[in-house]
Amino acid sequence: MDILQFEFMQNAIAAGLLTAVICGIMGSLVVVNRIVFLSGGIAHAAYGGIGLAFYFKWPVMLGTMGFSLAASMLMAAVTLKARHRADTIIGVIWALGMAFGIIMVDLTPGYNVDLMSYLFGSILTVPRTDLLIMAGMGVFITGLTAVYYKEILAVSYDEEFARIRGVPVTRIYFGLIAMLGLTVVMVIQVVGLIMVIALMTIPPFIMEKYAKSLAGMMVGAAILGAVFTICGLWLSYRFDLTSGAAIIMVAGMGFLASLLLEQLTSTTRNKRLKKGQTDGTGTGTAPTSLSDAREG
Amino acid sequence: MLSDVNFTIREKDFIAVIGPNGGGKSTLLKLVLGLIKPDRGKIRVMGGAPGKFSPAIGYVPQNVHINEKFPITALDVVLMGCLDPGRNRPRISKEQEREAAMEILDRLNMAGHVHKRIGEMSGGQRQRVFIARSLMTHPRLLLLDEPTASIDTKGQTDFYKLLKTLNRDVAIMVVSHDLVIVSQHVKNVACVNKGLHYHSHEALTGDMLETMYSCSVEDVCRAHVIARGMPKNARTGKEA
Repeated sequence: MDILQFEFMQNAIAAGLLTAVICGIMGSLVVVNRIVFLSGGIAHAAYGGIGLAFYFKWPVMLGTMGFSLAASMLMAAVTLKARHRADTIIGVIWALGMAFGIIMVDLTPGYNVDLMSYLFGSILTVPRTDLLIMAGMGVFITGLTAVYYKEILAVSYDEEFARIRGVPVTRIYFGLIAMLGLTVVMVIQVVGLIMVIALMTIPPFIMEKYAKSLAGMMVGAAILGAVFTICGLWLSYRFDLTSGAAIIMVAGMGFLASLLLEQLTSTTRNKRLKKGQTDGTGTGTAPTSLSDAREG
Repeated sequence: MLSDVNFTIREKDFIAVIGPNGGGKSTLLKLVLGLIKPDRGKIRVMGGAPGKFSPAIGYVPQNVHINEKFPITALDVVLMGCLDPGRNRPRISKEQEREAAMEILDRLNMAGHVHKRIGEMSGGQRQRVFIARSLMTHPRLLLLDEPTASIDTKGQTDFYKLLKTLNRDVAIMVVSHDLVIVSQHVKNVACVNKGLHYHSHEALTGDMLETMYSCSVEDVCRAHVIARGMPKNARTGKEA
């Protein structure tokens, strides 16, 4: 494996693995709480922070983080207060943030940032310092999730029950969205805002069908994300492709394969059920399973 | 929405709350649970404000089909019942919590489904899981919101039998549309329609059912019919 000799490749792999872990945890929470659209909104609105940071010559990471945190808190408040139009308002913030960022970059004298590198990221040019920050974030997010796991689980699964039991639902929700805002910025720097969404949704979505617990879903999604990232990186190296896009393509293939697999298993299960009924052998299990299927 | 409501749930009571949609049944439940506060008057749960002793009330939600795809097993849903961020109850170890959960699931004939995912169960099984969750804190009062909405007739009879067994240790307040089945099992009935009319057991006799059946045209609004059609002495009832 000669590609591992290059330092940029070692950094890219480390960044990919860290991203996979962070996205595995936060992505599972995003999927089960059905806030994919909201995370897309944060990711795109964060571009406003990038523009702002360029214009005022702030450190990009800090500027983007502040902007993204503000945007995510706004979206969290909107989803709680104006639930029925939340998606519309998030869509508006999404577009506004991005337009604002582009205009700020336009207004920045003599500066031309490549928008593409923020859309698809530049995992092959991740500096060591970013890696350290990502590692810190990974520890922070994993720790916070572990400490508040019970509460987060209750809020995600049955908000009403959590509220009755005195779990500070609103505080947990805002905390979750804030964590999401930080994650998105952190990961955008490396893999771009399009891949953030792909890595946060595809592995958790696949794992959700097989996991027995939210924690299991997080671990599985992290592993799956790591596999996708490594495969994508290898393909991008081998065939000279854009790394971010290659990783998304691999994840997309995984997504399609999981759908196909699900289709196949459900067809064979139905066939077996039918056979059991006509044989009269499956009388014990078939009716209950059928009623299950009907109710589900 | 609700006004002039005055009633008491005694220990080991079995009370049905019936009434038309929009009559305030859910509001009444939310008041008792402490999710909303009354504009006027007082609600006391075991002598304290509602919500303060929330583990003393077990709540079984109406919709047992929430988050069916959520990766969670029956056991983990039941263990959620131990949630107690206010530290109202003495701490017990994880193993003890697990043991308690298994015991309750066993009592509800769900021992074989402990490690099944919640989405793989039927509506009735899922409901038992939610009941088990509400029993984890050994509540004094069990609140059930339209519990038989997703169960067939045979299942409903079984379900009320189960509630009757549970009623030996815990007071039960059940919101229901189905007066026919409710009247066979509960001790008292509260008709909620803007106000609250309390009928103690003695009132739950043939008279009442007859009134109900004869007015089947107004089926949608049974409670209203009963509340209006009840003889005066029954309406004022004996307040517990």
